[in-house]
Amino acid sequence: MSANGAGGAAPAMAPAPSAAWPMIRAMVGIGVVCGVAIVAAFQLTRPVIERKRAEALRAAVFQVLPGAATSRTYKLEESGAFTPLEGKAEGARLVYAAYDAEGRLLGVAIEAAGMGYQDTIRVLYGYAPERRAVVGFRVLETRETPGLGDKIDVDPEFLANFEALDVALADDRQSLAHPIELVKKGEKTQKWQIDAITGATVSSRAVANILRESTAFWMPRIEPRVEDFRAGGAP
Amino acid sequence: MSTLVQIGKSGEPTATDDFLKGLWRDNPVLVQVLGTCPTLAVTNTARNAIAMGLATLVVLVASNALIASIRKIVPKQVRIASYILVIASLVTIVDYGIQAISLEVHKALGAFIALIVVNCIILGRAEAFASKNTVVRSLLDGLGMGFGFCITLLLLGVVREVLGSGALFGVELFGPRFQDWVILVLPSGGFFTFAAWLLFFNWWKQRRAARAAGGGAR
Repeated sequence: MSANGAGGAAPAMAPAPSAAWPMIRAMVGIGVVCGVAIVAAFQLTRPVIERKRAEALRAAVFQVLPGAATSRTYKLEESGAFTPLEGKAEGARLVYAAYDAEGRLLGVAIEAAGMGYQDTIRVLYGYAPERRAVVGFRVLETRETPGLGDKIDVDPEFLANFEALDVALADDRQSLAHPIELVKKGEKTQKWQIDAITGATVSSRAVANILRESTAFWMPRIEPRVEDFRAGGAP
Repeated sequence: MSTLVQIGKSGEPTATDDFLKGLWRDNPVLVQVLGTCPTLAVTNTARNAIAMGLATLVVLVASNALIASIRKIVPKQVRIASYILVIASLVTIVDYGIQAISLEVHKALGAFIALIVVNCIILGRAEAFASKNTVVRSLLDGLGMGFGFCITLLLLGVVREVLGSGALFGVELFGPRFQDWVILVLPSGGFFTFAAWLLFFNWWKQRRAARAAGGGAR
């Protein structure tokens, strides 16, 4: 400024404040309007989205335990007992017991998650204590390759694996007699094996791993405590 | 971009022209070759292609209209930042909207919705058209470009789903004996299909131009 001398500086500086003000006004104005719009959209859609999520989970519980009429959420206590969930449970381990129209326990739906090919896969599976088997399976969330890995959610032959997947406990009651294992398509010979999907081996293996780890955790805990769930079906 | 400049010069463009140019003559994907990231990434099934096309259409129309309406109060120096702010907000709102309407569709589109923010068709139309034209003309331009984008995605999605999965909109077409052409569903298949459509589109355009020239000489 001083280099230009007194005469040159004043005309050069004069437009500056008037040019800066519209820029700041425009940016701040747009920022405020956009901020308000986003918060409003979030607030307006949140209850709907939360309701839809809960509905999707409920619908999935009924799908993985065929014949279910009602369901109830249970929480795993530190003592190992299962108690009905009251209100919201932050961080608690939850399972969903399902009952038929007469209130008899059909089974327990369990949520499990693990790493897939690209991102976490979240699944829900139904365990029927009377048959000591997994009797239903649904993918809740997946970002597997569309057209390949995402077949874990729709391929009928793959889903047939989970109509009677053996998860009986071993004699020591601490682990599964036969951990779930993945075999090539068409090579399934045992009740605890899963036939992979051709062209989606990675995603099939991810599902098998998720189920193996989840059943290894839950089966020894649920199996001796099945009585905890029976009362929940009473009207 | 040369075609865009020509429209500006060639007298008074009509409302139909504002709309129709995006569908065919200035198709954002096949002529301007913009927005190729979603074009390649989400067209492995026809359903995904339509969902992505419609989500982009909504954002494009809304952003064109908003940017045209604020074009006189936004100084030139901060226009790109302002446009991005408007577009990013719209995409966030559309993202919540899709979740509220259908979790299934949101599940299918996954990370790609956020990528609409940086879809160059939207910023391109904001800069090349909406910032210089009226709200109504920008709306029509957005609709035309959006539908042009949607149709192109559908063209790719149909070819890739039919050949790669033997189905269309999830409905099996060929029965159990059909061997899926799996590569078409993978990202590389997107390039092949895109290249094939570009080849076809340009061949057709050249043929039409040659016929028109031949007809005029006679």
